[in-house]
Amino acid sequence: MSDTSHDPNQMTGAAMIVRALIDHGVKHIFGYPGGAVLPIYDELFQQSDVEHILVRHEQGAGHAAEGYARSTGKPGVVLVTSGPGATNMVTPLADALMDSIPLVCITGQVPTHLIGNDAFQECDTVGITRPCTKHNWLVRDVNDLAKVLHEAFYVASSGRPGPVVVDVPKDVQFATGTYHPPRKSDVHLSYTPRLKGDAGQIRKAVALLASARRPVIYSGGGVVNSGPEASRLLRELVEVTGFPITSTLMGLGAYPASGKNWLGMLGMHGTYEANMAMHDCDVMLCVGARFDDRITGRTDAFSPNSKKIHIDIDPSSINKNIRVDVPIIGDCANVLGDLLQVFKAEAKRPDIKPWWQEVAKWRARNSLSYKKNSDIILPQYAIERLFELTRGRDTYITTEVGQHQMWAAQFFGFEEPHRWMTSGGLGTMGYGLPAAVGVQVAHRDSLVIDIAGDASVQMTMQEMSTAIQYELPIKIFILNNQYMGMVRQWQQLLHGNRLSHTYSEALPDFVKLADAFGCVGIRATKPGDLDGAIQEMIDVRRPVLFDCRVAALENCFPMIPSGKAHNEMLLPAEANDEATAAAFAGGKALV
Amino acid sequence: MNQPASAYFMEDRHDPIETHTLSVLVQNEPGVLARVIGLFSGRGYNIESLTVSETENQKHVSRITIVTTGTPMVIEQIKHQLDRMIPVYRVVDMTLTGRSIERELAMVKLRGTGEHRVEALRLAEAFRARVIDATTESFVFEITGNSAKINQFIDLMRPLGLVEVSRTGVAAIVRGPEGM
Repeated sequence: MSDTSHDPNQMTGAAMIVRALIDHGVKHIFGYPGGAVLPIYDELFQQSDVEHILVRHEQGAGHAAEGYARSTGKPGVVLVTSGPGATNMVTPLADALMDSIPLVCITGQVPTHLIGNDAFQECDTVGITRPCTKHNWLVRDVNDLAKVLHEAFYVASSGRPGPVVVDVPKDVQFATGTYHPPRKSDVHLSYTPRLKGDAGQIRKAVALLASARRPVIYSGGGVVNSGPEASRLLRELVEVTGFPITSTLMGLGAYPASGKNWLGMLGMHGTYEANMAMHDCDVMLCVGARFDDRITGRTDAFSPNSKKIHIDIDPSSINKNIRVDVPIIGDCANVLGDLLQVFKAEAKRPDIKPWWQEVAKWRARNSLSYKKNSDIILPQYAIERLFELTRGRDTYITTEVGQHQMWAAQFFGFEEPHRWMTSGGLGTMGYGLPAAVGVQVAHRDSLVIDIAGDASVQMTMQEMSTAIQYELPIKIFILNNQYMGMVRQWQQLLHGNRLSHTYSEALPDFVKLADAFGCVGIRATKPGDLDGAIQEMIDVRRPVLFDCRVAALENCFPMIPSGKAHNEMLLPAEANDEATAAAFAGGKALV
Repeated sequence: MNQPASAYFMEDRHDPIETHTLSVLVQNEPGVLARVIGLFSGRGYNIESLTVSETENQKHVSRITIVTTGTPMVIEQIKHQLDRMIPVYRVVDMTLTGRSIERELAMVKLRGTGEHRVEALRLAEAFRARVIDATTESFVFEITGNSAKINQFIDLMRPLGLVEVSRTGVAAIVRGPEGM
């Protein structure tokens, strides 16, 4: 034996990867083996600290890791092979980048001497993933591997979180080098995210808040990402100021849906009161949200008379879409803490009673109402029942993308952050099922439900096998209307009701499919059967495919149509054919 | 139709388009230039000129100088987007400092004889361009200056037998004792 074999830090690249995972407290990784990662899989086999979850498709691994990350606040870890393994990860990486989810993705690569040779299962992984990661690395020397892995974890989870890729050629996995535990000097000197808000700006913000007559707080996913403390402080701020609060899709749960100042979600399918409050306010406090186009609608008519305060950790989010008056760059918890302190010490809660009276009028419009039906299950009703029957339980909800997602956001009340996993920015159909797998891996005893659509769920259906292999009792609650409902809704509203390729003439029998997968299949077709069926789904400690047959042509309202402003919403009660046609009259140039 | 029927509103912003020169200090590592260029193409920003070279060898620091155009809001976005890249140390808007010197080097090849040759030499002298290669029927001039001066020189050379031009793109530095 050589002398170096006595040094415990001398090891192969593959061993370093597993060691780094352990050093970063990683308990679970999601992956799929292949030629270029065999040495790493060999190392995984010979240890028991890190549990590997074998998925059925690399995209499933990515979304599972996203669900894991979002429900725990820790980075999700993925291990895939070169070439197709890496390209199949592109969608989850892009998804995680849009929604600021910390992911560490380790990809195998062909040996360094073959790179650029069009070798078998070779692709330019760092080139392909550069625009859909926060940062990525190709490691050519085994002695750089430890440093890069530690930096990868730091970059993924610090500042504005996001996905990173570490591409490791197979010869680097085999080569022996020196490992070191995480240390400060592993990180680029040029990477210094700002956490603490500027004191002067915070003072200005407090002065604005204290002088407000028609204030609104608009919070987003940044509050959830910042951690539980940010949500606690947000709640305290609402309590101390007495201001109404709304939230983006990504921010649901940071303020409880049962809270008395809650206006509901805002944006395209948000509530009337939330959007009207945004439009008519005089001071807007945006916390960890980014004025996305689904929120603002028409930007030149967005909240025209307000002073805007924007708290964000990412300077590039400031003034990107909407000009703000008081930008504060920093971590939500950090800034909210300082802001509260200054507010309590120096400011008085303004009298906003007349503003609340206006809000009450908007609330009375009851923008989420729908016509009840005793013969057919309406999707809104299904979500309401699901919410009622899971109330008080330790529940996590994931969704796919489309109408069911919006109904879930509207009708399921979230009381805590980290309980709601949805693809907001990228809008990835097929996100919810594997995300539920990831959530259930992290929370074995919790109730994890994927509220799904019949179209979305088929995109990553194969991960049911993963759930069964690892005994993950996820519940896939499919609102089955046989349509790609949201696309159809747009065709009805904008394309003369020409339903081009949005109807699934052939769908699997989900109950039989459940049987084939080895899980439980439940079907509900009548409103009267729904409660019992949902209860059965909750009670069974196995994975469930729930085929909830809902009204086929129900559409999702309220809605801000046609490049209109927040105060021009279309409410469900008014959405008769004529009004809808008028509201959507015009071109159809954009999405 | 005038009014697009969509969530997005097609905005006709009439903000003025400005030209800005940005100096970007980056860690010189594989892929860093691809990241910068990918940002510009991916987000639809313009690059008028781009130069890059390692400037501090020991620290592996490179300096990228980018001349770009856009509305003030877009220019601000570009700077923030550059600054948040992991290997980027600093982004300085040289145009906003108001005290920057910008230089470009061009090599200009001419082919011709007789009166055109004499005229070209005379103009070159006026522009302080140097002859760095000559044959009996050609010259290569080296000229340094800001982009406008070089453009002017090239325009004058065109009727005198201009064959081709090679330009370095803009390098910029701020006047006075302070570094970036």
